[in-house]
Order: sequence, then C-alpha cells, then structure tokens
Amino acid sequence: MSGRGKTVIGRDGLADLVAILAEDGYRVIGPQVADGAVVYEPLDSADDLPAGVVDDHDGGHYRLRREADGAVFAHVVGPQSWKRYLYPPVQALWRAERHGKGFRVIEEPADDGRDAFIGVRPCDIRAMAVHDRVFDRGDVVDGGYARRRRDAFVVAVNCTRAGGTCFCVSMGTGPAAGEGFDLALTELVGDNGHEFLVEAGSAAGGGVLDRLGGRDATAEDEAAAEAAVGQAAASMGRHMAADAPAVLMANLESPHWDGVAARCLACGNCTMVCPTCFCTTVEDATDLGGQVAERRRRWDSCFAADHSYIHGGSVRRETSARYRQWITHKLATWHEQFGTSGCVGCGRCITWCPVGIDITEEVRTLGGADKGD
Amino acid sequence: MPTAAAATLEPMTPVPFRVLGMRKELPDTYTLDLAPADGDGPLHFAPGQFNMLYHFGVGEIPISISGDPAATDRLTHTIRSVGAVSRGMGTLKAGDMVGVRGPFGSAWPVDEARGRDVVIVCGGIGLAPLRPAIYHILANRPSYGRLVILYGARSPRDILFRRELERWGGRLDTYVDATVDRATGEWSGNVGVVTNLIRHSGFDPVDTIAMVCGPETMMQYTVEALRDRGLDNTRIYLSMERNMKCAVGFCGRCQFGGAFVCRDGPVFRFDRIAPIFRVWEF
Ligand SMILES: Cc1cc2nc3c(=O)[nH]c(=O)nc-3n(C[C@H](O)[C@H](O)[C@H](O)COP(=O)(O)OP(=O)(O)OC[C@H]3O[C@@H](n4cnc5c(N)ncnc54)[C@H](O)[C@@H]3O)c2cc1C
Ligand code: SF4
Ligand code: SF4
Repeated sequence: MSGRGKTVIGRDGLADLVAILAEDGYRVIGPQVADGAVVYEPLDSADDLPAGVVDDHDGGHYRLRREADGAVFAHVVGPQSWKRYLYPPVQALWRAERHGKGFRVIEEPADDGRDAFIGVRPCDIRAMAVHDRVFDRGDVVDGGYARRRRDAFVVAVNCTRAGGTCFCVSMGTGPAAGEGFDLALTELVGDNGHEFLVEAGSAAGGGVLDRLGGRDATAEDEAAAEAAVGQAAASMGRHMAADAPAVLMANLESPHWDGVAARCLACGNCTMVCPTCFCTTVEDATDLGGQVAERRRRWDSCFAADHSYIHGGSVRRETSARYRQWITHKLATWHEQFGTSGCVGCGRCITWCPVGIDITEEVRTLGGADKGD
Repeated sequence: MPTAAAATLEPMTPVPFRVLGMRKELPDTYTLDLAPADGDGPLHFAPGQFNMLYHFGVGEIPISISGDPAATDRLTHTIRSVGAVSRGMGTLKAGDMVGVRGPFGSAWPVDEARGRDVVIVCGGIGLAPLRPAIYHILANRPSYGRLVILYGARSPRDILFRRELERWGGRLDTYVDATVDRATGEWSGNVGVVTNLIRHSGFDPVDTIAMVCGPETMMQYTVEALRDRGLDNTRIYLSMERNMKCAVGFCGRCQFGGAFVCRDGPVFRFDRIAPIFRVWEF
C-alpha cells in the first residue's frame, strides 16, 4: 500500500495517471465516446475521456447528452464491459498441424500484454470477482484469463450519479467499490473546482499513487466524496427483490414465462452486454489444404437455438425456456454454482434490451406481488 | 492424462492419441480403442466418466468411456454416428489420431453398491457408459448381490454388444433381459419399452442400487417404474446428456439447474435432480 492516506488530485492529475501507467508498460483502456455510446477503448491520453458526457438510461433506451460541469465520470456504464479484455469475444485456443498419419497440437502463444483499466465501476469490479470464480477455480484454471486478470491494473471510479437502470444498491455491489481495485477515484466537482479523491487498494496502486502529485485529503474532501456517492445510492430508481432466488425457483412452471416470451426477441443482447455472462461456443476451421486446423472460442448466448442442442433437437426450444434459463442462472442457480449472484446490478441488460425487458420487474411480476419501488 | 506434459497444458488443449483398433458394432455404431501417441503411463478412469474426443479439423464431442476400467493400457469409446464429428470419427483406422481431453465427470456408484443388488437399465447407446460398471461388478462379483441388466433397443439389429449381453446372461449370477421397440424376423424376445422388464426382474427393492442411462424420456419412465417397485430416489442414479463444448465448466452450455453436467454429472443421484428433472425444457 501507499504510505499516503487518501489523496486529492486535480483534473490534470488524470493525465499524469494515464501517462504513468503507459510508462509502466500498460495498455491504458478507458471510457470514451464512439458512435453515440461510451465504450472502453485504449486511450491516447486523458483527453480521450468523456468529459461532460452524461448517459440517460431506461428500458430499451440509451442517449448521451452534455453537461457543462465537464465531469469525466458522470456517465455510468456503456454497452461493453471489461470482460471483452479479460475474456475476449473471440479467443484462439490452439492449432493442430498434420504430421504423418496424425497431427501435432500447438498451443497458441500466450499474449503477454498488460492492461490498465481506468474508470471501472463498482458493479464491474464485482463482475470481475464473479468471473474469477468461474475461470480460476483452483482445480481448473483458464490460463489466459488468470494471467490477464492478475496483470491488470484496475482504477475504479465510485459512482456519484445513479444511471437510469442501475440497481447495484439492492445487489450490494455499489455505488462505492469496497475492494478489488488498485486505485479508486471519486470525482468531486464543486466549489473547490474539479478534483478526484484517490485511494490505493493494493501495493501496486500505492506505488502509482506515490508518483502522482496531489495533496493529502482533508476531512471535508472525504465528506464530500461520501455525500456524492451517498447521493447516487439514494437516487437509484430500481431495485432487485431480495427473495429473487426463491421466487424464481418456486415458479419454474409459471405461465409468466410465456408472457415474457411474447415480448422477448431471443436476440441475446442481454447476454452480450452482461459483464458476467460467460457462455461460449467453439469453432473449428482448417486451411484450404486441410493441413492446419484451428480451434477458436467465441462468446455465445443461451438465447441461441444451438446452445442447448443435443442430437435430435434443442433442450430449450421455446423462448420462454431460454429466458427462464437466463434469469434463473443469473439470479438463482449461480449461487449454487459459484456461491454468489451472477447479477451485479449494472442495468446493462435492461438498457440494451431492444424491447426494454427489465430483470427487476420480471422477478417482481413473477413473485406475484407488486411491491413497487 | 498420461503424459507429464499434459499437466501443464491449458484445460482446453487435447492430447494426441493413436487409434489402436476400430470395430464396427452396428450399422451406425463403432468402438475405438485409443492409446497415447507419446508416452504410455496407465490410463485410469472411473466407470461412467467421459472424454472429449477431437476429430482433426471437424470438432470435439463428449463420449463416455465404454471399456474395462481394469485395462489401463487403452481408452475404449463406443460411438453412434449422428452428426459431423461422430460420423467423421467413424472413418478412422488403426494408426490414425484423435485428440483426447479427460477423463471428466462423476462416476457410477460402484463402491456404494457393494453388498447390494444392482439393477442396470439402459436404452440404445446408453449401454456403452454402463459397460465399465458391469465389467467392474463382474470382476468383483462376490462383493455384490444380484446383478440385473435390462436393455432396450429400437430393433433386434440395433442391440449393442449383443454377444456380451448373451454371455453375461449365460452366467448363473447375472440376470439379463432385453426388449425391442419393433420386432423383426427371428426375434422371439420381448417387444415394448424397457420399463416393462423391470416388473419381471427379481431384485430386493430395499437394498438395490439402480443405474440408468438412455434417452431422457426413457429415463423418466424408468425412474417411475423403479419407484413403483419400491426404490428410493437416493438409490437411483442416472446419466444426463447436455450440449457441452469444454467439459470443465467454462462454456456454460451443459447447465442443468444449479449443476454443470460436465463436472457435477453426468451421473447424478436422482434425489439431487428430482426437483428439476421433470420441469419442461429446463
Ligand atoms: C457426458 C456425455 C457422454 C456421451 N457419451 C456418448 C457415448 O458414449 N457414445 C455416443 O455415441 N454418444 C455419446 N454422447 C453423445 C455425443 O456427445 C453426441 O452424439 C455428439 O456430440 C454428436 O456430435 P456430432 O458432431 O456427431 O453431431 P451433430 O448433430 O452434428 O452435433 C453438433 C454439435 O452439437 C453438440 N451435440 C450434439 N448432440 C449432443 C449430445 N447428445 N450431447 C452433447 N452434445 C451434443 C456437440 O457439440 C456437437 O458437436 C455423450 C454425450 C454426453 C454429454
Ligand atoms: S443480469 Fe443485467 S443487471 Fe445483472 S449484471 Fe448482467 S447485465 Fe448487469
Ligand atoms: S430479454 Fe431482451 S435483450 Fe434479452 S434476448 Fe430477450 S429481447 Fe433480447
């Protein structure tokens, strides 16, 4: 850890942070605006960050607008999540080359780049911890994931504004990051100008913090940060019912599933944007001469017909069965499998569902009681 | 896996094995004997476990081990040709290569069944994953009570391991009965579903372990018939089939409620899955 306690840096401190991480050999990735959305892409400098950009979210609705205060992290989450870097959408697994009557298997050389992620929201930090339980279980480890994750430098940003579809408070995952980061920032825009309260969460984070300038945080700074985060928590419009796992498992045969299926397009958007969804398929390809074969792993969705295909047909033929699979896995059976919820309350699946299906509302309706918010 | 190098491999990387022998069992079913291409080391598995078999350039599929668990010099797999990979592997000859990952999954309760009667109910290719358990029980015959093997096939010409079934049935200490959906020609045996055979087979319902493998509908009726005979859910084991691409819990496709069929199964004690077994399309 850093010898320093919490520290306050100015707006230009962000530029220093990006520069220090780049100097240390990290590919620095952070939020920026592309095609009308906030995406996570490599940053050339802190100037790429989405200053003054605010995102409006609702079921099936997303729009960016500008605010004059120039806050860099006033947006919440974009349609992508960090899993695209830790567990990329397409991964080469290995190649096999013909050799006499047989073949030789050649593992893909491990990529060894290191990524620094700037602007990781508390819900997304929790999503990384969820994936650790999936891919780094001790008995079986996905080497690529474990390596990228271990080498990643995580700069968290505590949320000072609740997005329209967020429900992290009810999932216990936000709006403040408790652990799982190297550095955590809280953006302070107010009478003192534009500053960031910085806290180190690891030795590596402490080392970087030591090299950042800034001043020691005062009690007022900490109170201001706490108030800003508290304000986000207090204004959160959605919540997940606490008894969601029980409600789902008690209603596996409910007619309600047909009701969802009447709206759901089985497009799979919800699974692609979800930071914890991890289903994949594999693809085999050969070169034209049939001498070299390749195996790739690609993100897949439980909404796809062949996801549950076994000889003779899919186990889950109906959209109702596929939606039920998705939501029961996220909220109920994930607990049995990994000792945690598979949902971190980021709200992405609600925002990017083309018909605005809301995971929190589906649980409420299924539970029968309209408990309201 | 046999080679020392295998331990350092990524869980998704197959180990090359040579085809020692290829036997045609039925018009659409064949058996492959495999041995590691480099290194030898004993190949251990538990009855009921499966491997992921890779056919060069085509794909990789889960296939149960159908051989004798005491024969540690080879891996035996019995495969029905139904699609791209299973058909492609059917063209392999001795000396050709396949990729192997495994063994994976849970096993038939051959230890728990010691001292008890064992009733094995299977349909079609479902006999293949149970054959290692049968070998194990026969090799340790005095440790078990009655052994009942009930088998159902589509037609007389689809009866898998027919000569072995006849040999086992010829033993005084083993009861074998078979049935077919459609009789043809010289078949003078039972016609109808395999569950019909349960009534006539003698086993002690209070001290029997049942092992069931076949199409899911067949398993549903079998569980019912076994329960009617007085078997408790905790004494019934069945092997589930789900799509799987990785066999190590990464691909997410084999989920069955809270279970991953690849790691928590494929063999499940029925009471553990009873609440979801009948839920439509779950
Ligand atoms: C644990 C386990 C043990 C099995 N043991 C045997 C065995 O001993 N002998 C045998 O003949 N078959 C067995 N099967 C079934 C076998 O895996 C399928 O027949 C095979 O995957 C079909 O692949 P394909 O490419 O030939 O067919 P296609 O119809 O072209 O299948 C396309 C893809 O769908 C998936 N798929 C299709 N059917 C199944 C299925 N039944 N189970 C899982 N994935 C499937 C596979 O990923 C396959 O590559 C087992 C399945 C499981 C899950
Ligand atoms: S299920 Fe929806 S709200 Fe929950 S983590 Fe996934 S995308 Fe976010
Ligand atoms: S819930 Fe929405 S996003 Fe998910 S598959 Fe259905 S329509 Fe697509």
